[in-house]
Parts: sequence; C-alpha cells; structure tokens
Amino acid sequence: MYAVRRWSVRHARGLNAFYRFFEGLLAALHPLFRRIGYARLERPVAAVERSVKGLLFDCKMCGQCVLSSTGMSCPMNCPKNLRNGPCGGVRANGFCEVRPEMKCVWYEAVAGSARIPGGIEALRRVQPAIDRRLQGKSSWLRVARERAGEPL
Amino acid sequence: MRFEDEPVPGYPLPILPGHTSPGRLERVLRAGQFAVTSELAPPDSADPQEVYDRARVFDGYVDAINATDGSGANCHMSSLAVCALLTRVGYAPVMQISCRDKNRIAIQGDILGGAAMGVCNLLCLTGDGVQAGDHPQALPVFDLDCMSLLSTARTLRDESKFLSGRKISHAPRVLLGAAENPFAHPVAWRAERVAKKLAAGAQFIQTQYCYDLALLKSFMRRIEDQGLLGKIFILVGVGPLRSAKAAEWMRMHVPGLHIPDAIVKRMAGASDGAREGRQLCIDLIQEIRTIHGVSGIHLMAYRQEESVPEIIERSGVLGGRVPWHPGLVQDMKTNRIAS
Repeated sequence: MYAVRRWSVRHARGLNAFYRFFEGLLAALHPLFRRIGYARLERPVAAVERSVKGLLFDCKMCGQCVLSSTGMSCPMNCPKNLRNGPCGGVRANGFCEVRPEMKCVWYEAVAGSARIPGGIEALRRVQPAIDRRLQGKSSWLRVARERAGEPL
Repeated sequence: MRFEDEPVPGYPLPILPGHTSPGRLERVLRAGQFAVTSELAPPDSADPQEVYDRARVFDGYVDAINATDGSGANCHMSSLAVCALLTRVGYAPVMQISCRDKNRIAIQGDILGGAAMGVCNLLCLTGDGVQAGDHPQALPVFDLDCMSLLSTARTLRDESKFLSGRKISHAPRVLLGAAENPFAHPVAWRAERVAKKLAAGAQFIQTQYCYDLALLKSFMRRIEDQGLLGKIFILVGVGPLRSAKAAEWMRMHVPGLHIPDAIVKRMAGASDGAREGRQLCIDLIQEIRTIHGVSGIHLMAYRQEESVPEIIERSGVLGGRVPWHPGLVQDMKTNRIAS
C-alpha cells in the first residue's frame, strides 16, 4: 500500500535495525531450515514474506532483496525496474515520469538511505543485473543459506 | 581535422596507447579538444539515403553523431542499422542502446554486431517509458538498467566474456558513455550517480538539455568535489528552442526537461522565435565552454538539424578545427586548388 510504503521509508532507520537482527536470526536458524529442507520451506516462507513485505514495501518478490541498500524503498516499484538510482525523467515535483501520481521510488530511496547508518555508501554500490529466475522466491531463505556459506 | 594515420573511410583508426577504442571521438576527447557531438533522428523509412542526407548536414561540424534508439519511445529505424550505414562511409557514430526494448541477450548481440561494423562509441541508456511514445501498448522490457548495461558492455570489452561468463573470441573495442540529467530530482544525488556510472564503466557523459547554467555549475562543482574531473568526459547537452510555445510544450511533455521561466520569457519577448532560440543556444554554448571540467557539447537540434552548422560556427567552439567527414579529403583538395 502506497501510504504504508512511504511510512516505511520515513522509518528506514528502525526497520533496517530490525532487519539486521532478523537476518542474524535467519542465519542462526539455518541448521533447522536445512533439516526441514529448503525446498519444502520455500512455498510457506515465500507466502509469509510476500504478505509482510508486500504490506510494508509493496514488495514485488524479486527474490534478491536490496531494501537495505535502497533506504527501504523497493526499487521494483520503479516502472523501469531501476536498481541503481533514479532515471533522468523524474518530474520537477519529485514524482515519477511514468506514473505521475507516485513519488519517484529513487527520490524516496535517497531520503531513506540518509536515515540508515552507512546507507549512502550502500546506495553507491553498483547492483548487478537482476536474476529473473528468482522472481517469486523467498529472499529470506536465500539470505539464511548465503550467511551460512552454503552454495545456493 | 585529419589524423596522420587516417585510413580509408569505414576502416578503423589504430588504437593509441591508453585508448580503449579506435574511434575518432576518443582521440578528440583525450587530446583535450573541445568536442562537439550531435544527434541524428533516425528516419521513419527503409531508405538508406534518408540517413545519409540527415548525416551530411553535420559535415565538418561534429566529432560524432549519436544514433538514437527509439527516443521518446517512438518507433524509428534502429540505431544499430543507422550506425551500420554511417560507418560504411566513415562517420563516427555513437550507438545509443536503451534498456526499454531489448533484454540482455539481444543487447549483447547488438554490441558485438555494432562493433563488428565499426561502431566505436556506445551510449548506455535506460530509455523513456513506453507511455511517452507512439506505442503505449508495448511491453516495457527493462531487463537491465543503464548501470548493469554499462558493466555488461565493459565485461564484454575488458574481460572478453558475456554476462553469462561464456568467452568471446574478439572483444568490442568501444568507448562507453552514459547519460545524466543534472536538472532532475534528486539534484544533489546526480553527481553521485555519475560516480556510480564511472564505477560501472562509463568513460563519457552526455547530459540532458541544459537551459539552467546555475544548476549546471553546481553540478560541475559536485563533480569536482567527488574527484571525477579527468576520469570522465562531460559533454553538456544543448539545443535551440523554436518558440516560446514550443518551450512551454517541451517542458510539459519531454520527460526530465527543465526550462526555467526566464528562458521562456526571453523567447516570448522575441519577434523571431527560431532566431532567438539559435542565439540563446549560442549564448549557452559560449557560457558552458568556460565552465571548468566540461569536455564538450552535445547539440540536439531535433527537427532543426539544419541549424547545427550555424550554431557551431557562430559559437566558435571548434576554434577553426574541422572535424573529419567523408567529403573532407575532397574539400581540402578543392581549397588547395582555389588558393
């Protein structure tokens, strides 16, 4: 939801701190996840992730979440799917070129990043081309495996 | 201007030490000359002559010609095809690639194909949204973004491999460019974005139309503060306005275009709008040339291409230099006979 999404950017600092804690929890749960089986967990976890992040960020379930590097403004809401910053079409009022009723996702991202410690540095990192195969998959499970050093 | 080792038109120049491309534009930029590029609007036609007619207008006035890729999301002849026609006779095109219409498979194929046909310069763009053009029903692709497109092109060139990791046998020797809009929000972030584009592989920047010198100057100061001067060539976009009415229309409808009220007012006060537009363009070019760190201009005279020679000539930015063009050798002979 648009209003909630904008609230999330305003509270980027708190949400990022919470996520840091949550990410540690995910990594700690890796042995349990592995025992149950990541394949079996995929659907239920993805469903929870979709509803929680859908509510907070209008998450599009790209499966390779970069919210911590984009000031809690989901870049997949950009009509051009830009993951590396705003395009040149941003309107004079900071709204989107394609959807004039929406504040530019990257305008928000820059504001949100300033609220997160190290957020501006994260914004400077070049994000690689997106892997479309991960669409709809759980980013949380991916992070748990990644943090545990298990090959994906 | 002709290089000593100038080959037969259509054949690439030797690559100089420290250069990444055999292109004329890179030579001009690295030699510290004030570069002039312009933009060719690809025709709505399958006739190659229309491309040549449009290119000839620029003869002797520009160092490279941008071939736009469905600009404004309108359908025209492809930039790859325009570039292929132009390189045949020796022009130095800048092949524009937009992420809007093609995925990474098609784009990488086009980069190889373009380089094979003598394209030495690429401009990596995100592209305007489909809603802006004549086919709003189309699927917006945006598989890559301008940043991942830049790094993909650099991987092809410097590591001789596709994004997939598969090896290619001959790397495309190209100069990589990107666009920037110093006049769009978030303004404070625009120089940061240039730094990011540099990190992704950009070697030159062509900006959106500049009608606001104050904003441009603060952008260039930020570029300097970021330590980017000397690492990336900045070509500032300029263009003649046709009338006050056209200026009003453009700022309403062209995505990301910023025209201050003072400019519209100046245009409205003129008896001959087109003439005032050209004069304004010349004034801007002369100001821009004095800004520290600017490497050249990118003159976009959409549907007024015939005004390019006059604007360049009267602005004096070439300083007597005559950029190479297919008729240059003939011209030089004629002049010699005449003198």
